[in-house]
Amino acid sequence: MNYHWNWGIFFQTSPDGVHTYLETLLLGTGWTLATALSAWCLALGMGSLVGVIRTTPHLWLVRLGNAYVEVFRNIPLLVQMFLWYFVLPELLPVWAGDWLKQLPDASFYTAVVSLGFYTSARVAEQVRAGILSLARGQGWAALALGLTRTQAYIYVLLPMAYRIILPPLTSEFLNIIKNSAVALTIGLMELTARARAMQEFSFQVFEAFTAATVIYIIINIIVTFGMRWVERRSAVPGFIGAAPAAAATH
Amino acid sequence: MITLSKVSKWYPNFQVLKNCSTHIEKGEVVVVCGPSGSGKSTLIKCVNGLEPFQEGSITVAGISVNDPKTDLPKLRARIGMVFQHFELFPHLTVMRNLELAQIKVLGRKQGEAAAKGMRLLDRVGLSAHARKYPGELSGGQQQRVAIARALAMDPIAMLFDEPTSALDPEMINEVLDVMVALAKEGMTMMVVTHEMGFARRVAHRVVFMDRGEIVEDAPTAEFFGKPRSERAQLFLSKILQH
Amino acid sequence: MFADFDFEVIVRSLPYLFYDGMTFTLMLTALATCGGIFFGTLLAMMRLSGFAPLSLPAASYVNLMRSVPLVLVIFWFYFLVPFIGQWVTGASQPIQVGAFVSSLVTFTLFEAAYFAEIMRAGIQSIPRGQVGAAQALGMTYLQTMGYIVLPQAFRNMLPVLLTQTIVLFQDTSLVYVLSITDFLGAASKIAQRDGRLVEMYLFAALVYFVISFVASLLVRRLQRRVAIIR
Repeated sequence: MNYHWNWGIFFQTSPDGVHTYLETLLLGTGWTLATALSAWCLALGMGSLVGVIRTTPHLWLVRLGNAYVEVFRNIPLLVQMFLWYFVLPELLPVWAGDWLKQLPDASFYTAVVSLGFYTSARVAEQVRAGILSLARGQGWAALALGLTRTQAYIYVLLPMAYRIILPPLTSEFLNIIKNSAVALTIGLMELTARARAMQEFSFQVFEAFTAATVIYIIINIIVTFGMRWVERRSAVPGFIGAAPAAAATH
Repeated sequence: MITLSKVSKWYPNFQVLKNCSTHIEKGEVVVVCGPSGSGKSTLIKCVNGLEPFQEGSITVAGISVNDPKTDLPKLRARIGMVFQHFELFPHLTVMRNLELAQIKVLGRKQGEAAAKGMRLLDRVGLSAHARKYPGELSGGQQQRVAIARALAMDPIAMLFDEPTSALDPEMINEVLDVMVALAKEGMTMMVVTHEMGFARRVAHRVVFMDRGEIVEDAPTAEFFGKPRSERAQLFLSKILQH
Repeated sequence: MFADFDFEVIVRSLPYLFYDGMTFTLMLTALATCGGIFFGTLLAMMRLSGFAPLSLPAASYVNLMRSVPLVLVIFWFYFLVPFIGQWVTGASQPIQVGAFVSSLVTFTLFEAAYFAEIMRAGIQSIPRGQVGAAQALGMTYLQTMGYIVLPQAFRNMLPVLLTQTIVLFQDTSLVYVLSITDFLGAASKIAQRDGRLVEMYLFAALVYFVISFVASLLVRRLQRRVAIIR
């Protein structure tokens, strides 16, 4: 094989003159996590809202929620990112578009918004499935006590629904971390982008990508164990949770 | 107190309630019985507006249930309901189950709600289980807590939708005893049930339903002694075998 | 707002977009699906075999592929496949493989991990009694799998497999990172050449949406038919 291995490359200075390659990778990891966590907040918020309105008896709200989910699920994430990054500034009034284009870290904000909305559609599916998997009687019992519909969702339905969908929600969180890599196409210097840059400048292809792979695996393991701890802490004694029928797997 | 007048309800394919009319006075205990599919569960859920209905009217203490201007949550707070599958909130302790609606709906303070909850738990014999979760209780215990939860709202009437149908036989009596005590204290009660022994003990009237219609509506003694309709006679003969 | 936009550019580029771009996308999707389901089924069988030298590597492979972004895997195989080719054929230098071959290998092997989980669930959903009955008739393991278990597993999981194919179809857009001309790549090239980003990206989004949405509706209809038959 003609490839020359050089694992010491990590401690050499990268082209920016300040950081070693290893440090650039870690910086990239920081951006990956920042993007993923910020987008996750948006995804959870919007996704819960849309998931809930799809379970209300108001038909027009349900249709609105369904349309929302269909739009964000049927367009590839990369295309959605391009729409937010390249197309949106052109469709806004000139002053707004220019402001967006001049924004420092524009790729970060775009990535967060794009990733957030994309994932929110999938979260909406989970939340809806979780609520629907609860016995109808729970909603009735809450209403029979005089709680309003909103109170019923907040105090009775959602607490149980979230516990039930913790496993698929964990998957979505892991997905968001992986999907953050797509933002390298709009210039976000997250982990995969840094590994690619390292490969381009140092020609140590496999060292760079191995390091990135290892870091993703470590993040994966930490998140998986973390969520298992959350599951244990939030488990309701004596309750056997029924997992709702599989929403998207990937 | 509770008046149902010509209530009819349709699901897209068929009619589940046909022209049902009856009246429950304050302090009366009325048992609603009939074969499965007769619409009795649906009827009782119409009384507190959990199920909508297309024709007719239902009033509780003078307030119309299907009037769009009626504040349904407020009305429901005054009517207690006990469900076949207990429907305690599994993520809350027994105590929290009792307190939640008192605090959020009636606006009572935490201390007041807790005290009331404990008194009711005492009354149903379960004060030792206040800190437990519903999943840790037996069916009979859960149903007694459910009754306490409904009573915590100081209702003017109580609705029971097959309260013992999901219980193992040895637990049915502990729940029926609570219901009998409640009846003897003068609570207005509408009870959908198969427990004819309970009906004979405390019910003032029995309403018999079949295929969506109220077929017979008579005082207890008369219903059991001389049922007028053939369908009621058939039903009684089947159910009184054991 | 739309006055400055030239939607004619879409009409002019239709041949390039669809003959060059969409055919690449659809071919890649179709072939990667077939390969992915084939290898995925193999991986699922290895995991369920109960035989550690088979189940551990299979489980590790699936978990590895599912922990890592597709973009990274695309880069990995872009550089790795020439070396593998060299090792396999014993050549003196890494083999130059085309963009299509590299993508095909990438997507087949990546999606195999996801198809493996689907098939694993499918195989496990077949009641033990079926296997028992097959064995009582004297069938070997492979006969049992081939004639009894896998056919039923496939039928049960068909809607999920098709949904994953739609996901694959959307994922192929990521070959963009290698400047490969799939449908998005073609749209992007026109957008940059003619300076018409808004028109081309909106059109690309619309096309992806229509294809994915219609496909998912068909899958849902299939699901309802299958449910009735059961």
